[in-house]
Amino acid sequence: MNVGIVVFPGTNCEHDVAHAFGLLGAQTEFVWHRETTLDGLDGVVLPGGFAHGDYLRAGAIARFSPVMDAVADAADSGVPVLGICNGFQVLCEAGLLPGALIANRDLRFICRPVHVRVEATDSVLTRAAKPGQVLRIPLNSYEGNYVRAEEAPRTILRYCGPDGTIGEASNPNGSFDSIAGVTNAAGNVAGLMPHPERAFEDFMTSTDGRVLFESFLSLAEAAHD
Amino acid sequence: MKAIVTIRRRENIADPEGSTIRRALGDLGFADVQAVRVNRTIELDLQGLDRDEVISQAREMCDRLLVNPVMEDFDIEIVA
Repeated sequence: MNVGIVVFPGTNCEHDVAHAFGLLGAQTEFVWHRETTLDGLDGVVLPGGFAHGDYLRAGAIARFSPVMDAVADAADSGVPVLGICNGFQVLCEAGLLPGALIANRDLRFICRPVHVRVEATDSVLTRAAKPGQVLRIPLNSYEGNYVRAEEAPRTILRYCGPDGTIGEASNPNGSFDSIAGVTNAAGNVAGLMPHPERAFEDFMTSTDGRVLFESFLSLAEAAHD
Repeated sequence: MKAIVTIRRRENIADPEGSTIRRALGDLGFADVQAVRVNRTIELDLQGLDRDEVISQAREMCDRLLVNPVMEDFDIEIVA
């Protein structure tokens, strides 16, 4: 397994993601945003950060980085593609995922663990998880407030309380329908605002992010074979 | 020639900045403010083009980069 981790100017979570995939036995490779091919890679991750400074809108300029044509081609051909936080914003701006992300409801930068509930298991990110499973994963964003496109998005993760209850009280950023993560129609492209790579080892107080990356690798393996 | 692009978030899309400013205005005693929307303006200085070309190029810039059609609308004004 060789997972490509796309690095834009301003990306800052690439090493965390590489470390996490390494813990699961996968090889990783950093892909600079000016690259035009993703040949030889079994999956692609757009990690968190501030691509191109997030000027204009988060992800709006990154969408035009040369590598994004290759990401779109990979997505079309069924290769697993995952966007985490800023990567999620980039995938939305690129039209590879529905919706958009705006400033948090309370205009506060949120940096704390949140709970998310697995709403569907037919995606690259959740296929190894159980329906209704509650995961505790850190959120670290200012523009994580999901607004939907005209069509209803395919939701895979929703913010919830520790017991899985969904409501405004457990919605940290005002996201429409408490959406924390969505997938495309084919299920091979997914994005989420919380950071699974920061819930991977015991010292992080939660290892709940592992099941999401295990899902990703299981689809990458299936696509590879 | 200068084009001013005004980008407006659609009415049905939340505007957390606008809501926060409205609350602050209320706290300052401006009780009549029912709603605040925060728009973004971008000034484009384009030389050597006629008015129609400026509008046409500005519109293309909006379609391709400046505006996210999922949540925003825009209009273009030509000044001087």
